[in-house]
Amino acid sequence: MNIHEYQAKEILSTYGIPVPRNRVALTADQVERAAKMMGGHCVVKAQIYAGGRGKAGGVKLVHHPEQASDVAKELFGKRLVTKQTGPEGLKVRRILVEESVEIAREFYLSITLDRESSRYCLIASAEGGMDIEEVAQKAPDKIHVLTIDPFTGLRTYQARKIALALGLSGTVCEDCVELILNTYKCCLERDCSLIEINPLVVTRAGWLLAMDAKISFDDNAVYRHREYPDMMDYSQLDPLEITAGKYDLAYIKLTGNIGCMVNGAGLAMATLDVLQEFGGEPANFLDVGGGATREKVAEAFKIILQDCDVKAVFVNIFGGIMRCDVIAQGIIEAANEVHCPLPIVVRMDGSNVEDGKKLLLESGLNVQIGDNLGDGAQKIVAMLAKS
Amino acid sequence: MSILINKDSKILVQGITGKSGLFHTQQCRAYGSQIVAGVTPGKGGIHIEGIPVFNTVAEAVQYTGATISMIFVPPPGAADAILESCEAGLDLAVCITEGIPVRDMVIARAVQARSKTLLIGPNCPGIITPGQCKLGIMPGYIHTPGKIGVVSRSGTLTYEAVKQLTDMGLGQSTCVGIGGDPIIGMKYIDVLKMFNEDPGTEAVFMIGEIGGGAEEEAAYWIKENMKKPVAAFIAGSTAPTGKRMGHAGAIITGGKGKAEDKIRTLQECGVTVSISPTKMGETMAQALKK
Repeated sequence: MNIHEYQAKEILSTYGIPVPRNRVALTADQVERAAKMMGGHCVVKAQIYAGGRGKAGGVKLVHHPEQASDVAKELFGKRLVTKQTGPEGLKVRRILVEESVEIAREFYLSITLDRESSRYCLIASAEGGMDIEEVAQKAPDKIHVLTIDPFTGLRTYQARKIALALGLSGTVCEDCVELILNTYKCCLERDCSLIEINPLVVTRAGWLLAMDAKISFDDNAVYRHREYPDMMDYSQLDPLEITAGKYDLAYIKLTGNIGCMVNGAGLAMATLDVLQEFGGEPANFLDVGGGATREKVAEAFKIILQDCDVKAVFVNIFGGIMRCDVIAQGIIEAANEVHCPLPIVVRMDGSNVEDGKKLLLESGLNVQIGDNLGDGAQKIVAMLAKS
Repeated sequence: MSILINKDSKILVQGITGKSGLFHTQQCRAYGSQIVAGVTPGKGGIHIEGIPVFNTVAEAVQYTGATISMIFVPPPGAADAILESCEAGLDLAVCITEGIPVRDMVIARAVQARSKTLLIGPNCPGIITPGQCKLGIMPGYIHTPGKIGVVSRSGTLTYEAVKQLTDMGLGQSTCVGIGGDPIIGMKYIDVLKMFNEDPGTEAVFMIGEIGGGAEEEAAYWIKENMKKPVAAFIAGSTAPTGKRMGHAGAIITGGKGKAEDKIRTLQECGVTVSISPTKMGETMAQALKK
């Protein structure tokens, strides 16, 4: 689960991590007032669930409150397209107004999970403000990585090693040690899957500041933090993805016209692969869960059909233990409820396959049965071509 | 022969009184697995389907001699269940539970790695030695005894692969679903090592997906050590960048974890890769002829 920059900074500052003076605004008037408070010179930052905002024109330095207001008017409601958003971009609904700071040096700092060692790891680099992936490619020796032993936690001397490696010394080095320890504490207590401070800066005056911050929470741990669901900004998500989330379905909108419903993430990915192999274009990724139930199948079917781009539906359920006749009933009920005239191909495996097939073929829907994965994909592409 | 489990394996089920715990206990027993005990804290002393239920794993081990645990405990208590089975000194814990918080798994995995207990999962379909013992949620009927070892990060895609193998007349020695989470117990290499040493396994089919670097690690290990033919399939060739495809691990970030890179590395290391998910069985047959 992602949150906005201003929310990430709010959380970090409760852990004693210094952030620039800032104020979040919902209207151009509020932006102007906030800019006035900062003394006119400030940074206006669009809040969206994606990085790369600077290059896309989502972050601007302004010198007067009126200028701040003008920039805000231009940004509000605009769909900002960055290299992380995809071509449709993300709508700007909130703007962060922040004091502008004279920067002496910039660093990169993050804590995330290292799958290889099954531990959290700290990543730091003296090349701040850049994409860490870019630094990793161009100058891997400038990246310092520390995997954290969960039994001992992150120790002061380890944090100091990192701070020294960044080239810091004196008081600011000790400030950085404390900041690193607090970031790790925040990561654990708030169940973060990523905390990224980029850039972390030293100001001309010699203070550390988290200039930009990103936090992602571990989706599996959201149940432990009652405040998290309220922090979500639903305007940043696809409406169908929100509905799918309510029913515990994993849905991702894609660009094609064949709606897909599959049980299990791996099989769902393989289904997208096989559709494209036979010349089809999937409209979505939808995983109804390894053990799909009749209700979930019915809800999933309705979600797929709400997407106007969908011109045909491919269902691939490898149930195994589940009964195919029950799944078939779920599909038929949902299709009838929304009066689905589109061509459908169903490929099912599991117990009672023959009963399931019979139910579908007698349902009056425009449906064909796929005998296996390849056969199903070929049939749906052929039906779509004819329709 | 097989790896990890066989017809003599004595299994206890943690979370046996839950809905899915009980359902799959019945399914596994119907397949022939020896389920000797259940563990549900607070319900010790009762019998469920004739299986004695204990309050703790240690008690269950003491009275029944179980050496393997199958875990169906819901996410808030699942990491605890793994730790308990490690402390009881079991040989193997198979955790089916999906959705365990990462912070809990970091601890559980660190403790488990220092114990004698092996861990499969979490968020996995389990493990099966066809015709002998099923320990998990996979459908038994698609499997057939034979000599192909199967190892996979996925659930239902593994069923698809196994069905294709069975349809080609290629039976399986043991199929291991290692799980789709970012933190798991046994990894590809751990399972491949066992298949390499197992006289009952002649070749291996490996199923991977986008995200992380586990498939590449496995590929390099295969190149250096594997004495038996390996075939593979990688799901997600057509997945868009940066989107999470169901599994938390399956995310392509910063150009790492792409299917094409994994496929190329596997091929360079001598693995026969099926480009289409419809040809997994055929590809295995080809690899055997090499």
